[in-house]
Amino acid sequence: MIEGILIGLSTALSLTNILMVMVGCFAGTIIGMLPGLGPMTAIALMIPITYGFDPSTGLILMAGVYYGAVFGGSTSSILLNAPGIPGTVATAFDGYPMAQQGKAGKALAIAAYSSFAGGTISAIFLLVAAPSLSKVSLAFRSPDYFALMILGLTAISAFSSKGQFLKAMMMVVLGLMLATVGQDSLSDITRFTFNNMNLTDGISFVLIVMATFAMSEALTIIFRGKDPNRAAKQISLTELGSIKVNKEETIKMAKTIPRSSILGFLIGVLPGAGATIASFLAYGMERNYVNEEEKQKFGKGSVHGLSAPETANNAACSGSFVPLLTLGIPGSGTTAVMLGALLGFGIQPGPRLYQTNPEIFWSVIMSMYIGMVVLLILNLPLIPYIARILAVPRNYLIPLILFFSVTGIYLMSFNNFDIFLMIGIAVVATFLRLYDFPMPPLILAFVLGGLMEETLRRSLLISDGSPNFLWDRPITLIILLITITIVGWQIFSTFRKKN
Amino acid sequence: MRISPTKFISLLFLVLSVFYLYTAYNIQVFAFDENAPFNARTFPIYLGWAGIILSSLKIILPEKVTAEVNHKYLDYKSIIYLIIISLIYAAVILKIGYFISTSLFLFASYYFLGERRWGLMFILSFPFVAAFMYLLHGLLNIYLRDPFLKYIGVMG
Repeated sequence: MIEGILIGLSTALSLTNILMVMVGCFAGTIIGMLPGLGPMTAIALMIPITYGFDPSTGLILMAGVYYGAVFGGSTSSILLNAPGIPGTVATAFDGYPMAQQGKAGKALAIAAYSSFAGGTISAIFLLVAAPSLSKVSLAFRSPDYFALMILGLTAISAFSSKGQFLKAMMMVVLGLMLATVGQDSLSDITRFTFNNMNLTDGISFVLIVMATFAMSEALTIIFRGKDPNRAAKQISLTELGSIKVNKEETIKMAKTIPRSSILGFLIGVLPGAGATIASFLAYGMERNYVNEEEKQKFGKGSVHGLSAPETANNAACSGSFVPLLTLGIPGSGTTAVMLGALLGFGIQPGPRLYQTNPEIFWSVIMSMYIGMVVLLILNLPLIPYIARILAVPRNYLIPLILFFSVTGIYLMSFNNFDIFLMIGIAVVATFLRLYDFPMPPLILAFVLGGLMEETLRRSLLISDGSPNFLWDRPITLIILLITITIVGWQIFSTFRKKN
Repeated sequence: MRISPTKFISLLFLVLSVFYLYTAYNIQVFAFDENAPFNARTFPIYLGWAGIILSSLKIILPEKVTAEVNHKYLDYKSIIYLIIISLIYAAVILKIGYFISTSLFLFASYYFLGERRWGLMFILSFPFVAAFMYLLHGLLNIYLRDPFLKYIGVMG
């Protein structure tokens, strides 16, 4: 492991890679801060830039963007009460009241310190857990992988759907359907191409991400532009107050950070669960831990209430890399985007990545930690200036997002069919989002589609077409039982709400 | 009877799933693969059925209203303009090249979204795209096809 850490450090600490972490964190912070744009959009917009880099550098840039975007989301939560991403909604509960009390600078500093501490602790967990889990996951066979993918898709549908489980499952099926377009990987038979040559290679992953996130996000902002409920409440960005944190506040943070980090990391590791659930659970847990006097301050600008979700959401980000790096199965929409990018570089993450490409495995882990340090050093002093980004008018913002989306696709294929297809999918996605059909399950399903068909094919061929493979192996059975429990719980909670 | 938008979307999804399933059953597989436990049709057939079952459940089961959309607040005009500009952009990008089409697309988008500061609009279109192209093509060595710039000798 020490050797691996040194390999990772030597790769991550090269001048180019340090520069990439800095650029990534900075760009991520700016994009994540803009209401409506989250880490998935930020990473998707970076994909065209990474074409020119080697895989480690590209991934390091994307990891920096990821952390930066999460931190940026917190900034808009605190200053505008307009969370850039769902994972920072809980941050607004106490961050925004603090900002209204004239302590916006302090709230941003607490968020930055908590993010840093949560990220650091969970990066250490990742350092220890990932290699061990890689070894365990070598015992996984095709039926286990198939079951695990079913679990991941069910879990993300259950957790990301705001009680609309069926809608999320429909998006899963739509994502899988889109993944079947093009040549079948084994027989080379073309499917669902309708004799269109442009579809023979299938629909590009970048196209789907750009269409369902970047472009549809931009269209949604314009579409709902007149909605008074969505109009951002502006506070004075010139009077942020001091960013100094006093001794009493530091002690409060020191108590909150360890427990929220552990909770956040564990939640992040679970497939489907991510920063959003981690931050809400950490907020709830913290409220139960503190004394009665502190409990009264929750929702009115409590340091505990701000520090807990901020720590947990960053810890969950690191946790979500565990299934991606060790099993090759992303646990969240954001890591699904990163998996797509990895596949684009010709790298298949999974247990073997640890052995075949140790420099990538370790440099991603090490760059996460470096990313945390950079975020703190770079963003803390720049908070008053970065906050002004929030004033960028949408008249400029939206065309620039559309421009980056189209450029990303044009760079890949140099044909306009893909651009037309992207516009079509983006329009459909905009209407689906309007009626609460979630997009992360669609992305995860699209990314996993090929692998899922492959593992199902192997499992069915080994069992000679019998469904016995679903319960022959204990690991498969346990994973499927967990899936059934999640589905059962969704049905039960729906009926309970109705009654 | 008034059908809710969610149920209408589910109905469209049901139609899509039926069509998908029909197409899946018609996928031509090799003769020796016809009776294999798994062929190119198997997975799409499962997906088609899954789509039909899920969308039917969504249509049949009573709905919990979560997304109240007030059409009064939706800006149809701007979004239609943006989509039309994007479609024109996609149609001409190969013919007139990346630089001019992208710059014009940005300029037109700023205009239709209500921007009237001409100087800023110009800076954030033509020079901005040129700088971005230099970053990609000149610094990162990412090939960016532009027949027009090639014709006038700016790009190699």
